[in-house]
Amino acid sequence: MPDGRIPQIGVVFPRTDALTKVSGEEKFAADYYGQDLVWAGVKRAGIPHARLKSLDVDQARQVPGVIAVLTHLDIPGENRQGVVRKDQPVLVDDKVRHAGDALALVLAESKPALAAALNSIRCELEPLPGVFDPEQALAEGAPLVHEDNPEGNLLLKAEVKTGETESVWEECAAVIEACFETPHQEHCFLETESGWAKVESNGKIVIVASTQTPFRDRTEVAQVLGRDHTGIRVIAPYAGGAFGGKDGITVQSLLGLAALHSQGRPVKMWWDREESFSAGTKRHPARMYYRLGAKADGTLHAVEVRLYLDTGPYDHLGGAVMTQAVEHSGGPYRIPHAWLRGWAVYTNNPIGGAFRGFGVAQVTAAMEQMMDLLAAKLDLDPVQIRLKNAVRRGDKNCVGVTLTGSAGLSECLEKMAAHPRWQERQTWIRAAGLLKRRGVGLAAVMQAVGYGPFVPDVANAKVELTLEGKIRVYSGVVDMGQGNAATNLQIAGSILSQTPAQMELILPDTDRTLPSGSASASRCTYTFGNALIGAAQALKERILQRSADLLMAAGPDELVLVSGLVRRVTTGQEIPLAVLAKWLTDAERIAVYRFRAPVAQERPAKDDQVRLHGLPHCIFSYGAHLAMVEVDELTGAVEVKGYLAITDSGRVLNPQTYEQQIHGGIVQGLGYALSEDFRVTDGLIQTSDLATYIIPTAMDVPDMLSIPVEINEPTGPFGLKGVGEVAMNGPLPAVANAVAAACGGRCYSFPLTSERVLQLMTAS
Amino acid sequence: MKINFILNGREIELTVPSDIRVVDLLREELDLTGTKESCGSGECGACTILVDGQSRLSCLMLAAQLQGREVTTIEGLAGNEGRHPVQEAFVQAGAVQCGFCTPGMVLAAVDLLGHRPDPSRAEIREGLSGNLCRCTGYQKIVDAVEMAVHREKG
Repeated sequence: MPDGRIPQIGVVFPRTDALTKVSGEEKFAADYYGQDLVWAGVKRAGIPHARLKSLDVDQARQVPGVIAVLTHLDIPGENRQGVVRKDQPVLVDDKVRHAGDALALVLAESKPALAAALNSIRCELEPLPGVFDPEQALAEGAPLVHEDNPEGNLLLKAEVKTGETESVWEECAAVIEACFETPHQEHCFLETESGWAKVESNGKIVIVASTQTPFRDRTEVAQVLGRDHTGIRVIAPYAGGAFGGKDGITVQSLLGLAALHSQGRPVKMWWDREESFSAGTKRHPARMYYRLGAKADGTLHAVEVRLYLDTGPYDHLGGAVMTQAVEHSGGPYRIPHAWLRGWAVYTNNPIGGAFRGFGVAQVTAAMEQMMDLLAAKLDLDPVQIRLKNAVRRGDKNCVGVTLTGSAGLSECLEKMAAHPRWQERQTWIRAAGLLKRRGVGLAAVMQAVGYGPFVPDVANAKVELTLEGKIRVYSGVVDMGQGNAATNLQIAGSILSQTPAQMELILPDTDRTLPSGSASASRCTYTFGNALIGAAQALKERILQRSADLLMAAGPDELVLVSGLVRRVTTGQEIPLAVLAKWLTDAERIAVYRFRAPVAQERPAKDDQVRLHGLPHCIFSYGAHLAMVEVDELTGAVEVKGYLAITDSGRVLNPQTYEQQIHGGIVQGLGYALSEDFRVTDGLIQTSDLATYIIPTAMDVPDMLSIPVEINEPTGPFGLKGVGEVAMNGPLPAVANAVAAACGGRCYSFPLTSERVLQLMTAS
Repeated sequence: MKINFILNGREIELTVPSDIRVVDLLREELDLTGTKESCGSGECGACTILVDGQSRLSCLMLAAQLQGREVTTIEGLAGNEGRHPVQEAFVQAGAVQCGFCTPGMVLAAVDLLGHRPDPSRAEIREGLSGNLCRCTGYQKIVDAVEMAVHREKG
């Protein structure tokens, strides 16, 4: 909102944060330095599975400029961390479980001294046989990643059964069976994991981190350091991208530990790209076995799914990702008989974690190709078969949960069916040039909003009238680039009728803002926005009431709030907010409001662990995607020539910010579909930089068309649902369906590299 | 070693280690943290600066290479004029999300428009293809460059 207007809901307001980002002024976590800076870095294992016999750090301690070399013996608290299951060491104490495991932490005066010391650490590691495939990891006799896990290499199994599972297949006119494999995906946020820490004179450890989860980080760091959480402050500036990869601890515990050994000097840690690849989390690779059956008219009758997700050596959020995958595995359809199972499995591969879509990108890739295979077998139109089965409000979804919220998939698909890009596809396909083949493919998508039934999806908003007469908004949820901080100003400014110049924003800070959960799960503006509306309205009422008292008006109805002041419309009297503020006590100038997202009451899974891990949800965003691709017959290269996304994520607060999420999700999905070929061989990453792991450039993607279907979500702030993830799920299946249409055959492993597509064309 | 160059319109003389990279010189010694580092190996463009008006990757340059040159970082692009037209267009077009690629992207766009004042969308995409962005999908960045061109034309 870099202009003088009072923000309104539903119209474009350029983001306030764009001003300081475009000028280079905005300070990200990576931009913190300071006087007497100490550099911290980590010695990584480099092999995927080994017993730690000994660690010789004496030589490293002798390197000139080294301040400290720390090992697991220096950790004052608990040497295990994790969001759900605490199974990841801060510094390895018994075993290396993946190549990116941290062995030692070095503090040095300079980057060269740090590098020299890290090279001087001698580790005696006894290699152990590793396990690198989730199904093999579940087999009898497989090497164990965690010997103390009672279920071997199984982290979590989730199962949902609705209807019948045996006799139903005979009742189908067509049954399709297939197995799909999707790879790791690396987040590739531009700002790699980074942070800065310092012990203040009062003993408090301040950590500035590029994180999605400052409040949860504070608890985890406190446990590692054996301290009360009140002794730790986590500050979360704008993150330079995150996408789920900063949902949980990266540098935070290491920095807290380093700060305890830096003699009051500030400490900085900033992983380079290779370290980000090796130690950071990835989207879980998945192997997905599908069986889908329908009646002759295309009515879906039964689905059976088995999902194997490779979570690497640590839970991180692997159990929750797998559970969410199971919940979405039957797609946004009514299917009376469903048997859906998933296994999150420990291996010695890189760590699986949260990534935009959170398990849904994988299952949508499989299910939406199954829908096309089924449509082809029954000779039905791909839009019509989806439309016939699309969940509507009041239906039960594939896990048997009644959809009480808005559900606009049908509206999206109807718009798709009528759109010229679909209507005129045959003409476009026929216009393919020499040695080119063209295809158009579809996918229907959905994405749950929020945490699910067990973990409270809560936000606490706080709004203040400052003594200077400004409205200060305390953002509880991190802005990792999606623009929710600016949206908070838009919401508060709209309710309190204040221009951006009259407002201030406080970014998440465990000492200043209130706990409001993670920046994840398509929840940021849904949950925090609802809380913020409550807080802003409460402050508005108080301002008007107290102004009425001061002006001896009969009541607040005679008053209006405009930018910077309150006006009594019956007399023209005005009170500047800076004057009013001085008549209020400190407590009166602040309004807070708590909101908890609604939860589904049904319990589709028998196992309480599954509920704990987030199944089921009750609010979903939906969409219909269309990809137009051209395949080069000589090289197998696939070019996406056009893309259309029609999305129901409720009402749109700011069309520009909304479209940013759709565009960004699509392009991240196109990378997942076509070029992001993350290779791991026996636990070792073969694509360790941006020269070998190829994310899309501006030349690799088309201009996209995004059409919102603005259905009011009754529980959403101004009718909104989350839009951060849903677009990520469509590109892989839409492109795969388009490539299959163009080539007359289908790949079952991804991404669709030129080699794979060329092989496919040669074979068919 | 001692080097002299013009930084954001101001002549400066510095004594620096001979092996310091330009990105480190700017960020760590001169507090110009608008120049970002993301890959450290010339693959992403986040550390783009202008050297004698041409876009250069500051992670692949040593400080000595700045001797006698004129350097513009994102902090100096607008001069005293608030925002450069390309910066303004990035704000208005919604081309900024997380913002970490933004300084490099803006400078690459300025360089592009210096060579080619009226580029097509395809030429803009090609001109910016050395700068990675993981948030925007590039479309609004291309829109912003077009907007800057149209506003310049008036």
